[in-house]
Amino acid sequence: MHTEPLDGPIRRHVRVEGVVQGVGFRPFVYGLATRLGLAGRVGNDAGGVFVEVEGTPAGIAAFLAALERDAPPLAEIERVTVRSGEPDGGGEFTIVGSDGSGPRQALVSPDSATCGDCLTELADPADRRFGYPFINCTNCGPRFTIVRDVPYDRPNTTMAAFPMCAACAAEYADPGDRRFHAQPISCWDCGPRLRLVDAHGAELPGDPLRAAAALLRGSGVVAIKGLGGYHLAVRADDEAAASTLRARKHREDKPFAVMVPDVETAAALCELDEGAVASLTGRARPIVLLPRRGAATGRLPGAPAVAHSVAPGDRRLGLMLPYTPLHHLLLAELGTTIVLTSGNVSDEPIAYDDADALERLAGIADAFLVHDRPIHIRTDDSVVRPFLGREAVLRRSRGHVPDPVRLSRPARRPILACGAELKNTFCLVKGRHAFVSHHVGDLENYETMRSFVTGIDHFTRLFDVRPELVAHDLHPEYLSTKHALEMTGVDSVGVQHHHAHIASCLADNGEEGPVLGVAFDGLGYGADGTIWGGEFLLADLVSFRRLGHLAPVPMPGGTAAIRQPWRMAAAYLDAAYGGGPPEGLDVVRRNEAAWADVLRLGRAGVNSPTTSSAGRLFDAVSAVLGLRDTINYEGQAAVELEQHADPAEHGAYRAGVSAGRPVVVAGADLVRAAADDLLAGVAPAVVAARFHNGTADVVVRVCEMLRDESGVSAVALSGGVFQNLLLLGRVAKGLNASGFRVLTHVRVPPNDGGISVGQAAVAAARDHLPETARE
Amino acid sequence: LAHGAGGKATHTLIEGVFLESFRNPVLEPLEDGAVIDEMAFTTDSFVVTPLFFPGGDIGDLAVNGTVNDLAMCGARPRYLSAGFILEEGFPIAHLRRITASMAAAAEAAGVHIVTGDTKVVERGKADGCYVVTSGVGTLERPTRLSAAAARPGDAVIVSGPIGEHGITIMLARGELDIQADLTSDTAPLNELAARLLDACDDGDVRCLRDATRGGVATVLNEIAEASKAAIVVNEDIIPVRPDVRGACELLGIDPLYVACEGRMVAIVSQASAEAALTALHSHPLGREAAIVGRVNDDPPGLVLLKTAFGGTRIVDLLVGDPLPRIC
Ligand SMILES: [Fe+3]
Ligand SMILES: [Mg+2]
Ligand SMILES: [Zn+2]
Ligand SMILES: [Zn+2]
Repeated sequence: MHTEPLDGPIRRHVRVEGVVQGVGFRPFVYGLATRLGLAGRVGNDAGGVFVEVEGTPAGIAAFLAALERDAPPLAEIERVTVRSGEPDGGGEFTIVGSDGSGPRQALVSPDSATCGDCLTELADPADRRFGYPFINCTNCGPRFTIVRDVPYDRPNTTMAAFPMCAACAAEYADPGDRRFHAQPISCWDCGPRLRLVDAHGAELPGDPLRAAAALLRGSGVVAIKGLGGYHLAVRADDEAAASTLRARKHREDKPFAVMVPDVETAAALCELDEGAVASLTGRARPIVLLPRRGAATGRLPGAPAVAHSVAPGDRRLGLMLPYTPLHHLLLAELGTTIVLTSGNVSDEPIAYDDADALERLAGIADAFLVHDRPIHIRTDDSVVRPFLGREAVLRRSRGHVPDPVRLSRPARRPILACGAELKNTFCLVKGRHAFVSHHVGDLENYETMRSFVTGIDHFTRLFDVRPELVAHDLHPEYLSTKHALEMTGVDSVGVQHHHAHIASCLADNGEEGPVLGVAFDGLGYGADGTIWGGEFLLADLVSFRRLGHLAPVPMPGGTAAIRQPWRMAAAYLDAAYGGGPPEGLDVVRRNEAAWADVLRLGRAGVNSPTTSSAGRLFDAVSAVLGLRDTINYEGQAAVELEQHADPAEHGAYRAGVSAGRPVVVAGADLVRAAADDLLAGVAPAVVAARFHNGTADVVVRVCEMLRDESGVSAVALSGGVFQNLLLLGRVAKGLNASGFRVLTHVRVPPNDGGISVGQAAVAAARDHLPETARE
Repeated sequence: LAHGAGGKATHTLIEGVFLESFRNPVLEPLEDGAVIDEMAFTTDSFVVTPLFFPGGDIGDLAVNGTVNDLAMCGARPRYLSAGFILEEGFPIAHLRRITASMAAAAEAAGVHIVTGDTKVVERGKADGCYVVTSGVGTLERPTRLSAAAARPGDAVIVSGPIGEHGITIMLARGELDIQADLTSDTAPLNELAARLLDACDDGDVRCLRDATRGGVATVLNEIAEASKAAIVVNEDIIPVRPDVRGACELLGIDPLYVACEGRMVAIVSQASAEAALTALHSHPLGREAAIVGRVNDDPPGLVLLKTAFGGTRIVDLLVGDPLPRIC
């Protein structure tokens, strides 16, 4: 090693890894180095960004300190490594061109909402991009949704078809410009154009934006091509338009999301805390589920009306702010809030391909506001909500993908985790990075299954991962399981569904366990071949033991019992009252025609698998209370039960708990208490609350029993049922009060959208075991 | 138990054990029966609870099942053998009822039962009575039918309403006490198949399959896989009797997966599709035959269902007993 003079020039080689390409990192480094009077160079390579800086030790120290601190907004720095070099005499600081060779390590960044600078230009009549619906820069705009391949360069994006004009090219080449190497930049002269077309694809006359706004004002339904797919829009205050949209989409009750022009409007409609504001205004711009201002908080003056059909029976609203220039322009033109819901029929995947969208949405939309920048990969809006001041993700898609989740230890081999059947995501692991896919959807749908297969393909190319280990659910009929088992030349590892849920929560919190895992969901295939879903596990990333569960009850008619919660009411009432339910229960009367048949079906066990599912318990109570006998979207009965509960009620039903092991929780006790209260004239809102409180109580009680014998005092809460905020809040509070450390989901969804992450974490952990110990 | 349910487990068993041990060019295509020279040869074992059910009994099933397997090869069924495995103490009166049904079914199908065998096993085994039938038929037409012969553009025909047999059996077990006016669809398909083949040009009927265990969904998957083609069917057009639909809704069962014993799936060239349908309609067993879908080139090996809302659902081969997948 050579010695360096104390104050003479020194040289440092700096490597920056993470999301550092296509985010303005080189111009940032250039600006920083030039300001500090340093010499050297900066460039992209397949591993990220490399920098060589030369100057005084003080200058270099200032440079290194600012490198991470002042990095551009879209950069996600994972690692900075610095080594010494030999000074070569300085000179100018330069930016060097891209190098496409070598293994691909650099990360593609997620799509980002239009930045403040671009918004200023958009509104400035003197700017050459005034009113241009596709304005973007290095700090904002489309990324993941337009990337076809890596390295992230314009020819590898769907912008390849738009050669830059001289003015754009000059900005692109100027290290001092905000648009230096911004791949998707364009302008009125060279970029994508907006068009308004009718249901046959024929262009409509007039300014597309103004004409679209006029259609919306006149109660029309307009399909709008967004970043990751097509949306359907109607005015949010227009009951006729909203109900027309529901009828045409065959979407009966599932809430619509609403786009509001600004935070002030959001605050007028819903209760916002700091976390909510941060979620609404952040770069990802998800749909944020928020409590509406109700009777207690009062309507604020200036709050726009929201039609009943937008989110019937829900005390929450899903709000989002505009995230593309097109949204900003349209809302400004319209001067009101709009419903912005996925462009699809019923449960189909959201349309993103132009020809396909026109065909599939022709019967729904009166007109299409479209453009000619193709969407390469379908990416739904993300959905989040504030929980205890933090953002908790329910659907992780646009704006987050493909940011990886970081595993606590690097994987030994590249891993593909195929995820669940519904709300499917898949996950690719390379080293420490778990690249969770965008929301893929319900695989039984052929379009969705196809995008699952092509999506895996896309990710393996993008991240240069060739999976050697493939993780899958244990459910033999999941199409994701079948896909995994059909892959050749790989090792496969089955991960139990609820173990995956708990592991996903551990991974989300950067932990490895052991932990007491409470996995409450609709259902998952159990290690014993029955259907689980109300589970208490002692788990780490490698393995689990089932220490407790809800008492199994039959699901009369299998899948039919999921679609018809009243069947679960029948099964639970049968378990609760040996000699038949008491007279006068309205759920029995409403379903009289098939009640006896369904009971016999469940008792005989004909197509009636037994389940310990917590979701089915919530379904049963929802039906008993007369809220939902039949659902038309997943989880509806439980959602309405939560929405109906009186949060001020603190009474709780008591569920019996068995003395043996595993601990068995008598869910039927809660159903009996609910039915008795209901018959005694207690208000359903109070009954719903007491049921929630009773469920929370028994979760805490069981955790206490299990802590005593296992010595483990950390609890992870996972599974779709914990999307229920009332339940989650009361369970977390009870556990905290009892001295538990509580892990909840933050960036990984608690529902089946998180299963792939859990599978990946388990597969990676097991792969570190000696060969003989791997299952 | 899942290995007998007609889904993927059965396939794994057949391909992994039997084909592995017995591999030869005649067995290899795994059609309903073997075609040797100008003969078709098939065998089938019958295990059913209850033995007697509305519309038939194990005897009808045993004769019709083997007759149908021969008919699905395009053969004229001629001679059957019958083997009986009886539980000690099985009432002679019941056996008489079964043999009488077999005689009547043979007569109706125009076949002769020419040889047989009987074994008696201990009490508690054989559920009363098992029947094994084998049969030979003569191939009198040049057309060779094969599950691998479906081509893009071909029509997919179902010969009548589906699911009656399976649902009838479920209800006849008596655990449910559900009232439904249902009888098994067990019937010989040889005449119906002959009419269909007569009405079409040589080679235009690509494949015939009786939709027994695993129902129409399983048969379509077998054809799609063997032909490396896609099969797309329309949910709205598939004939299902209201009583069957009602019972399926109550039981939570998809009629596409329910066994039939007198219904077949025919893959027929586009050119002959209408003629085929007319021929089927002319026979009492084919009155409600319908073109329910098409063969496509993509995606190979998959069966897709166009739903009422215009969605497209994957109709997969079941690995075992159907278990809910949704949350
Ligand atoms: Fe789950
Ligand atoms: Mg057979
Ligand atoms: Zn910008
Ligand atoms: Zn330009």
